[in-house]
Amino acid sequence: MPSKKIMTTPTRISTVMFAIFGLYVGVHSVYADTYRLVINEKSVNLIGEPQVAVVANDSLPAPTLHWRESEDVTLQVTNAMQQETSIHWHGIVLPYKMDGVPGVSFDGIAPGQTFSYQFQVKQHGTYWYHGHSGMQEQQGLFGAIIIEPSHDQQLVDRDYVVMLSDWPEADPHRTLARLKKQSDYYNFQKRTLADFFSDIERLGFWETVADRMAWGQMRMEPTDIADVNGATYHFLINGKTPEAGQKYMFKLGDKVRLRFINASAMTHFDVRIPGLKMQVVAADGQSVAPVDVEEFRIAVAETYDVLVKPQTEQAYSVFAEAMDRSGYAHASLTPREDLLVAAPALRPMTLLTLAEMGGAHAGHGSHDTDKALTLEAQDVTAASDHAPLSADNHSAHASHQANMPAHDTDTDLAATSVLDYRDLKAAIPEHGLMGPPDREITLRLTGNMNRYIWSFDDVKYSDAEPIRVKLGERIRFHYVNETMMNHPIHLHGLWQYLDNGNGMYSPKKHVINVKPGQTVSVDVPADAEGDWAFHCHLLYHMDTGMFRKFIVEKTADHAAHQHE
Amino acid sequence: MNRVARTLLLVLFAGHTQAQDDDMIFSHFKAERLEYEGNQDLHLFKWDVQQWIGNDENKLWLKTEGDYSSDQDIFGRADLQMLYSRNIDTFWDFQIGARRAFEPERTFDAVIGFQGLAPYFIEVDSAMFITQNGNVLGRLSLGYELLLTQRLILAPRIEVNVAAQDLQYRGVKAGITEFEAGMRLRYEIEREFAPYVGFDYVEEESLREHHHSVRGVVGFRVWY
Repeated sequence: MPSKKIMTTPTRISTVMFAIFGLYVGVHSVYADTYRLVINEKSVNLIGEPQVAVVANDSLPAPTLHWRESEDVTLQVTNAMQQETSIHWHGIVLPYKMDGVPGVSFDGIAPGQTFSYQFQVKQHGTYWYHGHSGMQEQQGLFGAIIIEPSHDQQLVDRDYVVMLSDWPEADPHRTLARLKKQSDYYNFQKRTLADFFSDIERLGFWETVADRMAWGQMRMEPTDIADVNGATYHFLINGKTPEAGQKYMFKLGDKVRLRFINASAMTHFDVRIPGLKMQVVAADGQSVAPVDVEEFRIAVAETYDVLVKPQTEQAYSVFAEAMDRSGYAHASLTPREDLLVAAPALRPMTLLTLAEMGGAHAGHGSHDTDKALTLEAQDVTAASDHAPLSADNHSAHASHQANMPAHDTDTDLAATSVLDYRDLKAAIPEHGLMGPPDREITLRLTGNMNRYIWSFDDVKYSDAEPIRVKLGERIRFHYVNETMMNHPIHLHGLWQYLDNGNGMYSPKKHVINVKPGQTVSVDVPADAEGDWAFHCHLLYHMDTGMFRKFIVEKTADHAAHQHE
Repeated sequence: MNRVARTLLLVLFAGHTQAQDDDMIFSHFKAERLEYEGNQDLHLFKWDVQQWIGNDENKLWLKTEGDYSSDQDIFGRADLQMLYSRNIDTFWDFQIGARRAFEPERTFDAVIGFQGLAPYFIEVDSAMFITQNGNVLGRLSLGYELLLTQRLILAPRIEVNVAAQDLQYRGVKAGITEFEAGMRLRYEIEREFAPYVGFDYVEEESLREHHHSVRGVVGFRVWY
């Protein structure tokens, strides 16, 4: 159950020694707390059968950690399993050896060992933590981090974590093996003969044939939205299925903050609370200029804080549809313990369009990056892909369910109040973003869907050299998505300032979702030395090669500069 | 080449180890056809089974095909191919190796071929066999899948076998030696297990005779 209370109380030790040390070095840190997490395997029953989960302190999700800005935290993580483990503090700025990625920032935590993470918290907001070893993140090893600001606390009456996740029926290693053998294993929404005939009725014979030929020529499927989906996943809020009847309580007139965290391995969600406007106030833990929306898409590993003010005595559905509509997570936001609301109906899936596939042809063509569209230039980035691209092709309307009434509603929403990346404006401007960058890097997001191989620039992690930059440089990345999948790109330890046309008000994020066929530019000030992980946050994409080591090196120049 | 050797070593000796996160060894068994095929005159059990083991780039690939007539207690055709398979393009593998044919005649042949997915989702398996007696044979099979529903799938298939020259003592006639066109309707109870029914039209041409027949089939497809 979500609550303002810490689920299991981490041990807090504020010792005299820390206080004295604090005085001695002149650090104004008031708090210095120690939190203990024990990682173990546990049998859980979420879907009507016992399964093995990987949990912290016996809890799924892992306990919510409450930190304070400027606190010196110590996190003692003990591995009580027979396999290696690790914890990564997602979105937290820290020394790279505390970042928790085995093989990149440290050696991992061997069975029976305890690793002590220590760092000062230099930010506030909503973040999360998760395992970075094997498939443990998919098996339940994730939890929320809430960091109180040192001042300017935004007052709310209720404050809840809404942690979304996807829980698999099969062992995740088996899931990966299935994808390697048959990459469309989980797609049970493919176009059938009946769709062919209904498309003929709607579009005409030749148009339909041309559409099938175009997709067939590329050997791709327009229904290929999520390669692991509701065919094996149960979608959870705070570790509970929709059937569990989970509740968030409110009193009339309350201002409620919902901290959405997408801890899924593979699932983007479209989030709504039918009947309530949501005011987005933070993205990836960073305050943004408030935006009122009816709906927002949350990519894997993103976080969004929203405020809602329910004005009527009724229960509302906190409703998160999987992007491919293969399932949903749901909980009730209710004024009374005994009042629950049913989940609304799933809306139909929106197919990929051929225009989105413009750059994805065959997967390996050389790409003219000069022509790459930027986020601001592209007129199609309605946050949820509801509006088909208006480019010059005969099947922009290929969505075979486009004639269904719900689709029109979608389009209306897209036009009015679905959050778009362009709506995100940082609350605080960053003047360092002005002027040309020190280095530009075009990174193609590539893959072979047929064989389930994912990569950057057509090279898998195991075959790739690290990306090296100099400390103090500002790097401008152009992410060119040449595949038909969304890729939430996560850079550890450094912020990515999303170029969404808002200049120095560009929001800084730890995860940037890049849609099929899209190019997105970000600025990355390389202000933290060390070896960082840089990857697509879809777990099975990361594990099959869409990963790089990103090294920020202190140069001789820089060292000399420091000594002056 | 080093990587190839390393992978092959891994494949042969390591079984289920993983070299690197994204360089894991997988193994895939697939019995595409395990079936009874027959008509008034003919009763055959046929198999078409493949197994690969390897990583994304390099695989050891085994294939066996054949038929057995229970009436006459003889194998009509049976062979086993052992191939090294290299992923050369998004959708294609190049394969090279050896074939041991058991029936109708015991020979060792060299094999070279391509396997993959052609545009318009046509599954292609092609091979050229150079027999130890110096003849050149070819085999091409093309398959397609039409979804009637998400689990009910109609799969037409064509297989052509050719020979480059006559081979008197085996009765082989140059040109198309065997042509098979068929249709199978399968139901995927699980992705991995699907029973099917269907038919094949078969033409066989040799120096001695010319056959053609229509046969009904019933069988199942299984993989893991």
